[in-house]
Amino acid sequence: MFERLSEGFSNAIRKLSGQATLTEANVREAMADVRTALLEADVHHSVVDEFCEDVIRDSLGQDVLKGLKPGQQMIGAVHDSLVRLMGGGSSAAERSGLGLGAIPGVSAAEASVVPRVSPGPTVVMMCGLQGSGKTTTCGKLAAYLKKRGRSVMVAAADLQRPAAVEQLRTVVEQVQAEMPGGAQVHFYGEPDKVAEYGRAVGAAVTVCQNALKAAIRQGVDTLILDTAGRLHINDELMTELASVQRATQPHQVYLVVDAMTGQDAVNSAKAFHDRLKIDGVVLTKFDSDTRGGAALTVRKVTGAPVKFIGVGEKLAALEEFHAERIAGRILGMGDVVSLVEKAQQEVSEEEAARMAEKMAKGELTMDDFLDQLRSLRRMGPMKQLLGLLPGVGSMLKDVQIDEKELDRVEGMVRSMTPEERGNVSKLDHSRRRRIAKGSGTDVNAVGQLAKKFEMVSKMTKQMAGMGMRGKLQAARQLQASGGVPGVSGLPRLGGKGGTHMASPKAKFKKRK
Amino acid sequence: MGFFRSVLTKIKEGLAKTSETFIGGLRSLLLGRRLDEPLIAELETRLIQSDVGVKTTRRWIDTIRADFKAGRISRGEDVLEYLKGELRALWPAEDRSIRFADPSSPPPPGGTRPLTVILVAGVNGAGKTTSVAKIAKTLRDAGKSVLLAACDTFRAGAVRQLEIWSDRLGVEVVKGQQGGDPAAVAFDACQAAVARGVDVLLIDTAGRLHTQDPLMRQLTKIRDVVARKVPGAPHEVLLVLDATTGQNAVRQAEEFNRAIALSGLFLAKLDGTAKGGIVVAIHDAVRVPVKLIGVGERPEDVQPFDPAAFVEALFQEQ
Repeated sequence: MFERLSEGFSNAIRKLSGQATLTEANVREAMADVRTALLEADVHHSVVDEFCEDVIRDSLGQDVLKGLKPGQQMIGAVHDSLVRLMGGGSSAAERSGLGLGAIPGVSAAEASVVPRVSPGPTVVMMCGLQGSGKTTTCGKLAAYLKKRGRSVMVAAADLQRPAAVEQLRTVVEQVQAEMPGGAQVHFYGEPDKVAEYGRAVGAAVTVCQNALKAAIRQGVDTLILDTAGRLHINDELMTELASVQRATQPHQVYLVVDAMTGQDAVNSAKAFHDRLKIDGVVLTKFDSDTRGGAALTVRKVTGAPVKFIGVGEKLAALEEFHAERIAGRILGMGDVVSLVEKAQQEVSEEEAARMAEKMAKGELTMDDFLDQLRSLRRMGPMKQLLGLLPGVGSMLKDVQIDEKELDRVEGMVRSMTPEERGNVSKLDHSRRRRIAKGSGTDVNAVGQLAKKFEMVSKMTKQMAGMGMRGKLQAARQLQASGGVPGVSGLPRLGGKGGTHMASPKAKFKKRK
Repeated sequence: MGFFRSVLTKIKEGLAKTSETFIGGLRSLLLGRRLDEPLIAELETRLIQSDVGVKTTRRWIDTIRADFKAGRISRGEDVLEYLKGELRALWPAEDRSIRFADPSSPPPPGGTRPLTVILVAGVNGAGKTTSVAKIAKTLRDAGKSVLLAACDTFRAGAVRQLEIWSDRLGVEVVKGQQGGDPAAVAFDACQAAVARGVDVLLIDTAGRLHTQDPLMRQLTKIRDVVARKVPGAPHEVLLVLDATTGQNAVRQAEEFNRAIALSGLFLAKLDGTAKGGIVVAIHDAVRVPVKLIGVGERPEDVQPFDPAAFVEALFQEQ
């Protein structure tokens, strides 16, 4: 999601390449682009200014290190500042004083993103503006805890939005029935307390107190309070939230923030933090193409770490937040760590080593290609995966990945004999015609696949001996020459047709 | 459109809610002050803070600075007039009314009178269902008969949410099965609207991120179904936009426009501190007018969009 932010940084760095030293003038010029990029990414302007000054000061204070180019050194400075701003890895909680040490009765062994108190229950209060995604996040958090063996009770304290209680009940029942993990997930609600907007103020306090009693009675590990969305300038409702906090003494207060939020994030985050002292932030709708500058703003304003990001509509779509990775993505360095983690689930180490060797020798066969394609596709949608790769993010902006085209490619390869798969140059016209028939495609498509495959194996052979820069160039050449099979370089190509996505129906079914 | 009565005091009331310093902020910033560099810099900051976007801000500020240096403008009032003019030019009044079926047009097949269809879409949590309730109330109060279609068959409780609104407002609702095909619900709703001879069919859809291709195609399908059942429909296609959204709203508008050809924006949640300045950048990208603004949680908290009042609000202090 940060790929658009990366473009500005790349520009800035390019401006510095070829310069021998970092002077105040050329650093400032490069940082002007960074400033624009951050503003366009919705980072609050005061945060942007402070950030840029930090970077300039840091990069000027140092000599240009031997063996480093000025641009590289700048990347380092920008990266360090970003990581610092986003809260830095696991030590973030400690640094902000909101971590495990701040909560009595927590042992180090139980260290986790959501701390656990003893005796329980651990009380987590969710709050935020209307439509930020609190109720969905409650469900996802319950699923996250359930998977880790922690029993959960989720209480419906949103008594204002019509059907909010029913929504939460459905979500919680779904978590209990469908999501992995052995722990129990309970729902607590008092539907009779629901009233029209403005008429139920205060009732949430009673509901939360009752929920806490029920949670203690049932001995659940964690109680999650789903409060109503409210405007940070609505004094009456903010007071109600403070009363809920006083009455239930939550161990963690999470602010749920829409990742697409603009400059106003600074106002709402500040107001919620002033009233409640936020312990953590959950960024939702992170699977959109927002540049997500709100993440930086909220972090800066509240000082609280971003705990989780919501990355989809499914209940499992909640991920722990890693500042280093995001900083890497902002800089266009790609989120290689995530990719490696995903790949490790699919490909064994020996297998990967064998493949790398084959690629280096230019011995890649269609069988290998098919294997790779299939394990790649098991890892997730192609576009999401490519977005994690260094330098690919900004190139992908307008690229439509046609998953059905990948189906066709699979079909074609499967219609080849083992001999053909080992040596693509064997494919004469007659063989191509047979393959086209066998896979329900046409001769041209088979020809193109063969041609592209030869090109790809030639490229991978070259790339094996290149540094990052060369790889990017090769990737661009590949893109210009028609790209990887199944990946169309034409902007918007996939957006127009109504029928050529893999199987939208199957996906809708999955959404249920 | 006469029935969206543009009562000036009511608008002011709504906008005043956005900040207690409404009058003070604007007046103290611009009115009665001589233009100078610090003031222009302050203007720039306020515009950036309103989410107008870096590009638009630079364009406006560059013009203001050039005019100032050339001696064409010298007072805060001049700047205000310039910006009001810019915004009025973006959205001429005639573009900002809700489009209805031509009263003299032939009724849809099987019906006896013209039917207007309004399709409402947006990303998750933008405020679609509440906005639908507001539009329904406004139409009902104007003496139109309204039928609601609950096409959000995905989110738990969404149908129930619209049902509760329909009870409160006394309008009927056509609903489908949880998890069912929303296009099928739209189809049924069109049939019901024609059969019952209502004036307006108001379709609420599920929230979806504009990056989700299959879901965007589902939206296109809903639109196509409506267009087949009711010639000329949908007459109004509204994108509900959360005023707190930043620059990503432009991408939202582009993608939703591609999928269902938007005819207007409903700018929701303007009762907070967000300024919704992003609609200016959206105009550059897709030329869709803002038609209505949402300024509260109650069904009556809806107003026609007024560019002049909007400009003033842009400069309010945080």
